[in-house]
Amino acid sequence: MVRTRFQQQMEELREKLLRMGGMAELAVDRACQGYTERDLHRCQLVLENESLINAAEREIDELAFDILATQQPAAVDLRFILAVTKINADLERVGDQAVNIAERVMDMIELPSVDLPVDIARMATAVSAMVRRALESFVEGKAELAQAVLEMDHVVDRMRDEAFITLVRTMNEQPQNTQQALDALLVARNLERVADHATNISEDVIFWVLGADVRHHAGAANGPNNMTSVPAPRTESTGT
Amino acid sequence: MTGVAILTVVIVLAPLVAIFGYLCYKGIGSINIAFLTQTPKPVGEVGGGMANAIVGSAFILAIASLMGVPMGIGAGIFLSEYGRNRYGDAVRFVSDVLNGVPSIVIGIVAYGLVVIRQKHFSALAGGVALAIMMVPTIARTTEQMLLLVPQAIREAAYGLGVSRWRTTLSITLRTATSGVITGVMLAFARVAGETAPLLFTAFGNQFWNLKPDQPTAALSLQIYTYALSPFDDWHRQAWAGSFVLIVLIVGAVAAVRYVVRRGRLAGA
Amino acid sequence: MGVGITVERLNAFYGKTQALFDININVLANHATALIGPSGCGKSTFIRCLNRMHETIPESRVEGNVRIGEFNVYNGTSATELRRRVGMVFQKPNPFPTMSIYDNVAAGLKLNGFRNRKKVDEVVEKSLRSSALFEEVKDSLHKKSGASLSGGQQQRLCIARALAVQPEVLLMDEPCSALDPISTGKIEELIFQLKEQYTIVIVTHNMQQAARVAEFTGFFLLGKMIEFDKTEKVFTNPSDKRTEDYVTGRFG
Repeated sequence: MVRTRFQQQMEELREKLLRMGGMAELAVDRACQGYTERDLHRCQLVLENESLINAAEREIDELAFDILATQQPAAVDLRFILAVTKINADLERVGDQAVNIAERVMDMIELPSVDLPVDIARMATAVSAMVRRALESFVEGKAELAQAVLEMDHVVDRMRDEAFITLVRTMNEQPQNTQQALDALLVARNLERVADHATNISEDVIFWVLGADVRHHAGAANGPNNMTSVPAPRTESTGT
Repeated sequence: MTGVAILTVVIVLAPLVAIFGYLCYKGIGSINIAFLTQTPKPVGEVGGGMANAIVGSAFILAIASLMGVPMGIGAGIFLSEYGRNRYGDAVRFVSDVLNGVPSIVIGIVAYGLVVIRQKHFSALAGGVALAIMMVPTIARTTEQMLLLVPQAIREAAYGLGVSRWRTTLSITLRTATSGVITGVMLAFARVAGETAPLLFTAFGNQFWNLKPDQPTAALSLQIYTYALSPFDDWHRQAWAGSFVLIVLIVGAVAAVRYVVRRGRLAGA
Repeated sequence: MGVGITVERLNAFYGKTQALFDININVLANHATALIGPSGCGKSTFIRCLNRMHETIPESRVEGNVRIGEFNVYNGTSATELRRRVGMVFQKPNPFPTMSIYDNVAAGLKLNGFRNRKKVDEVVEKSLRSSALFEEVKDSLHKKSGASLSGGQQQRLCIARALAVQPEVLLMDEPCSALDPISTGKIEELIFQLKEQYTIVIVTHNMQQAARVAEFTGFFLLGKMIEFDKTEKVFTNPSDKRTEDYVTGRFG
């Protein structure tokens, strides 16, 4: 049985989500570069493109809803659609966090530049990598890639905790730099949130691929039959 | 196209209508109470009737039906339920051949089987001859009607734990009842008017007879005898007899169909 | 009350062609079990082996062991005796057309020698109530023939007829495939209620129906049973790739 229309819709859903993922990843990268290079223009781009991400979220939800209602997907297809709707929400929050970072950076640029003993840039790189790898695991449908992201979360958490301690000490010792320190602290927190969302996305990918619910650190990521990946959904070309 | 169809219907019905019409015309005038209640008068005398022949025909047909109908239906059941194989084909072949045997030959066979043994003509012999003629028709139509019953109906009965023979009798046959009865009526109507088989078996009788081992009068025999006679009065009575025979056959068939229809449920 | 069904190493043949290969299943009492699979996969053949209807086909043969409750289906029970304990509902409703509604339901009883008028009346009413048909036909039980009802009603009549002989197991071979959605819904409701008293095995082409109605589902393919598990598992995360392909519509 071919189910052409269904295949087309699933493919469309996948592409839309990937595009949205790309936009979210770009927003985070831009916001982080805006921080490290004190670039106002990049921050403004982030703010401008926010609405595109929100529009994409609505479109994807609508399409997923449509497919559920009309196609009665089962098993892996059903898991895929549920995963997409959740990843969708997480990506939109990532976009929101990018905006928060951008706004914080725009505040920071008004203030004189100060050398802080934290390496936000390194944290930003790690978080960016997590987002990229989470999206890759979705593209490839590979649970191991998703699992790797879950492990990176611990690293980012530690980075944030260290940044907190350092920056609080800075605020105590150099009260004149409190505002900059606070801004940096908030950016660190936003980055950690982005990492959490990337983790959620990975958990959803594992759910889709293996049918295993590994949220809140429940259970190992190894599905029945030791399937650790599924083929990407229906990539047979269908014309346009 | 419709015109041609209607034309062919008219052509086919015309002889039937003509026969009926002519019969009514010639026969009705001769029907009177005497005809229907009296036995024939001695040769040469005017008057008398065919009452004994009417009753005799009914008697012979009853005997024939008692023998022919169960056998015919039984054969039909065998052919449809158990005969979808070489044996069934053999039976079908024999039945078709029997159907084609001339009625006079059947009469002679009955003569040999019954009359010679018993050393006298009898209604029984007549019944036997007519029964032999009824069986092929009844068997074939019963088989066809039973085959029309969908297999799903039988399966429903098997599914309830009903045995095969019980299913055949109580379910399959019951479902095909109206069709089977039509087949029986067809056979009945055909033999009711047969004359040749009765010539050497029932033989005919001037008087009343209700004993199966005695020669018995029959309408068809009486009509035959009277029509070939030189007497005008007898000719007249022959016409009347023909008319009565037709009316009785049609009446019997109609009555049975009415009873069957009454017994049918709403929507069946 | 229903009983469990145990099938061991069941093989079925039509003449020289083998239709079922080594089937092993345990059907739980008082549960509904669905059998799904593409056309020609053997699920109808299987279900007909459970009540020995398979034997009515000439040159058919069965090997293996089937136990329904305590008794052995193939060694030691007569087929007709077995079929009184295992009821069957077919794909196309097949009420006896020349019998009234009452007679249809009572057919199983009467044809098996059960004649007590009052008792038969009670059983007929109870069966019609069990199949949610009584209210609709109570005024014309003896007047209307079985064939005069609508499709959905006919099928419920067939269910009542099967229930009247008080079987322990009810086999249903695609009971809703000839019916409209509303009738289908009513019958699915019915199956839900009947589960409490009977063990139900339902063959269906409609996967959503299997999902709605049955606690367990078995997937058949080319005469073999590929997977047998809880319904949620089969439809959200089946163990076998072939099951998944079928359930997601990649073939079938």
